[in-house]
Amino acid sequence: MHFRTPLIATLIAATCGTAALAGGHANSAVTARKAHMNLYQHNLTILGNMARGNTEYDAEAAGAAASNIVALTQLSQAGYWDQGTDAESIEGTRASPDLWQNFPDVIEKAQAVSAAAVALEAAAGDGAEALGAAVGALGGACTACHRSYRLQ
Amino acid sequence: MGRFIRFIFALAILAAGAGWFMTIPKTVSEDQIAGMTGDAAAGETIFNAAGCASCHSAEEARGEEKLVLTGGRRFPSDFGTFVAPNISSDPTHGVGNWSDLELITAIVEGTSPDGRHYYPAFPYPSYGKAELSDIVDLVAYLRTLPADATPSQPHDVGFPFTVRRGLGLWKLLYGDPDWVLTNPPTPEIERGRYLAEALAHCGDCHTPRNAIGGSLTDQWFEGAPVPGSTRGRFPNITPDELGWNAADLAYYLETGFTPDFDSAGGHMVDVIDNTAKLSQEDRAAIAAYVLAIP
Repeated sequence: MHFRTPLIATLIAATCGTAALAGGHANSAVTARKAHMNLYQHNLTILGNMARGNTEYDAEAAGAAASNIVALTQLSQAGYWDQGTDAESIEGTRASPDLWQNFPDVIEKAQAVSAAAVALEAAAGDGAEALGAAVGALGGACTACHRSYRLQ
Repeated sequence: MGRFIRFIFALAILAAGAGWFMTIPKTVSEDQIAGMTGDAAAGETIFNAAGCASCHSAEEARGEEKLVLTGGRRFPSDFGTFVAPNISSDPTHGVGNWSDLELITAIVEGTSPDGRHYYPAFPYPSYGKAELSDIVDLVAYLRTLPADATPSQPHDVGFPFTVRRGLGLWKLLYGDPDWVLTNPPTPEIERGRYLAEALAHCGDCHTPRNAIGGSLTDQWFEGAPVPGSTRGRFPNITPDELGWNAADLAYYLETGFTPDFDSAGGHMVDVIDNTAKLSQEDRAAIAAYVLAIP
């Protein structure tokens, strides 16, 4: 579970990070979060379109995209989740204040995403159908967090 | 002059009487369901399409746990906070002791067994558009679900909304709505309309409401604020605004993935839990219906 360390470091940093509500810093946290999410989305789109049959299945491209997703789950998110960067405190984010009240649950959900990403990487070379199932499972893990911590 | 006052007085009594009469909670009669036998397997589809578990399961329930209809989820609104009741098959705290007719009346007329109006946080105006035979099936399915002894909690609403009889007036205006999409052009769109308008009640979130909570059906699916909250907004899902095709919509209802592979969030996740259990044909029908909204 080598992906645990950066995650936990991140969340500890966030918990302690009562820091800097001052202008630019908060926005940079939100920008970084969104950039991270966009990278997930970009790679997932490559895979999902193969799974849906919108594009032709390509084992090599699928493997590369899945590896990117795994790599994204391993990046440190230090500074992403500073206090005061929720949707009630600032504009331009849908991050629910509930996220800051439930870090243990957030960590658990993030670990589920990591596990689903590893399974996706393993399945990426096994054809469109196996890929589709693994994409669906990862989607479930994304959704579990969005359900609780992202506003409508 | 005495005669005139007596006349006005008599008129007032008449008006009050008429008002009283017009706001009597309606019930379904035995005749209306004569000859119908509940099919629990078919009722499961109605249960999923109607989204019962999304409100009546516990907030933290996931997967199979959502079949335990313990109640307790809170729904803030401009009128107070409504709390979903226990509708599990428990004879004391749930609906296990209710007759079929009492359950059917509750679902399609919004009238309780003791003859009071339910608040329309319970989407009976939508369910009232459903075929009674489908509701009979639904009731048969509800009876197969587990019992749970969690007591229902009272709603937290203030006067004048505590006067349930007043809901009779609301029902006169909004309790028995027509189809929003008139003349569906294909059988598939008609099926989608049935699923979306009578069962899934998509419009209850995605359509704005007026000051007394009536749906603004001329703004159908154009998005709305989240009741009782300043956070977020239910999105506009009219076809032009959404820009998705039928396959995109059906895939979203199956997996929660948008065409650009963002994933559903908030309450829509509960909806996807339900639509994922429907058939491909039914998801395609809902998609066709959404695309037919002007």
